Amino acid sequence: MAGKVIVLTSGKGGVGKTTSAAAFAAGLALRGHRTVVIDFDVGLRNLDLIMGCERRVVFDFINVINGDAKLNQALIKDKRNDHLFIFPTSQTRDKDALKRDGVGRVLEELKDSFDYIVCDSPAGIEHGALTAMYFADSAIIVTNPEVSSVRDSDRIIGLLASKSRRAEFNLEPVAVHLLLARYSPERVRKGEMLTLEDVKEILSIPLLGVIPESESVLRASNTGTPIVFDEESSAGRAYHDAVARFLGEQREMRFLQPERRSFFRALFGRA
Amino acid sequence: MRLLNLLFPERRTTAVIARERLKIVLAHERASREAPDFLPVLQKELLDVIGRYVEIRSDMIRVNLGKSGDTSLLEINVEIDGAGVKPTKNGASGDGKAAARIDQGIAAPWVKPS
Repeated sequence: MAGKVIVLTSGKGGVGKTTSAAAFAAGLALRGHRTVVIDFDVGLRNLDLIMGCERRVVFDFINVINGDAKLNQALIKDKRNDHLFIFPTSQTRDKDALKRDGVGRVLEELKDSFDYIVCDSPAGIEHGALTAMYFADSAIIVTNPEVSSVRDSDRIIGLLASKSRRAEFNLEPVAVHLLLARYSPERVRKGEMLTLEDVKEILSIPLLGVIPESESVLRASNTGTPIVFDEESSAGRAYHDAVARFLGEQREMRFLQPERRSFFRALFGRA
Repeated sequence: MRLLNLLFPERRTTAVIARERLKIVLAHERASREAPDFLPVLQKELLDVIGRYVEIRSDMIRVNLGKSGDTSLLEINVEIDGAGVKPTKNGASGDGKAAARIDQGIAAPWVKPS
C-alpha cells in the first residue's frame, strides 16, 4: 500500500483548515479508506480538540520524529470510526523541531499502513507550513470568499508550484484543489461577498467544493465531533460531497443558493 | 445582452470592488513572483553597456518580464531624458540620437502609467 499525502493549507489563519482537515479525514474514513490526520501546527495543537481526543494524547509527532516513541504509541484511534486515526502534534514551543528529514521518514512509514495521510497545516508561510506542503501529493487550498484569504491562497498556490518535493524533483506537480469555505449565498446575493465564480476565476484551480457558512460547525467543534458526522448539517453534507469529488465522483455543487424564498419574491426580484 | 447591461448596469457592490482590487493586486504580485533570477544581473550588465555611451544612473533602467496574451515579453525601459551623452572614440552611435531611440519609451501594454 502506498498512501497519498493530502495537505490542507491556506496561508491565512482562521479560514477553517483544521475543521476541514478533520471533516475531510473523517469523510474519507467513512467511505472505508484507512486515514490518518496529522496536526502540523507545532506549539498550537488544536486538531485533538476538534477531533475530540484531547484527553487521549500521550505521545506526539515530535516524540516520534525524535525516536522517543513508536508510531503506534502516538496514533490515536478514533472512537467513532475504525479506519480513522489522529496523530497529534506537540505543544513544545520549538517549531523547528519539525525536521524535514524526520517528517519525511514518518510519512513514509505511514504510507505503508494508510490510504490517505491528511496534513493539517499551520497558518502562515513559515517552517511548519512549508514542511506540511513539501511532501504533499495533493493540496486542498481552504479559502474564504474574502480578499485577504484569496490573496494568501494565491501566494500558497505559487509556493506549492515551486517549493514542494514534487517541484524540486521535477515530478508530476502537486494536484491543487480549491475548497471554498464559509460561503454565504445570502450575502453573495446582496453583493456583499465575492461569488464562487469570482474566486474560481481569480485563483483558477479546480474546485473541490463549497462549504456553506453554517452554525452547525461551531456546535460540532464544541463537542469535538468532525462535522461530517452531523447528517443534518449542510456544511457536513457539503464536505461529504467534496470527499466524493476528491475520489473521482461527479457531484453537483449544492448550497449555492440562499434558503428558498417564496414564489412571488423569487418572481419579483429583490425584496 | 448589451441592452440588458445598459438597462441594468452591474451595481458597484462591495463584492464587485473586492473582485477588482484582488485582480489588480494579484496581477502585480504574480508578475514579481515569477520573475526569473537573472533579471537583476541582466539589469546590471545592461547598465554597464549603456553607461559606456550615456551617463545613466541605476534607477533609470527597468527590466521586467511580462506577458501579453500568450507571449512572454522581456521589457527593458531605459530612461535617458536629461542624461548626458558621453564622448565616444570610434563613433559607435556617438551622436546621441541612436541612443535616444532606445527609449522614446512607449510603455509595453502591461505597464501601468506612472
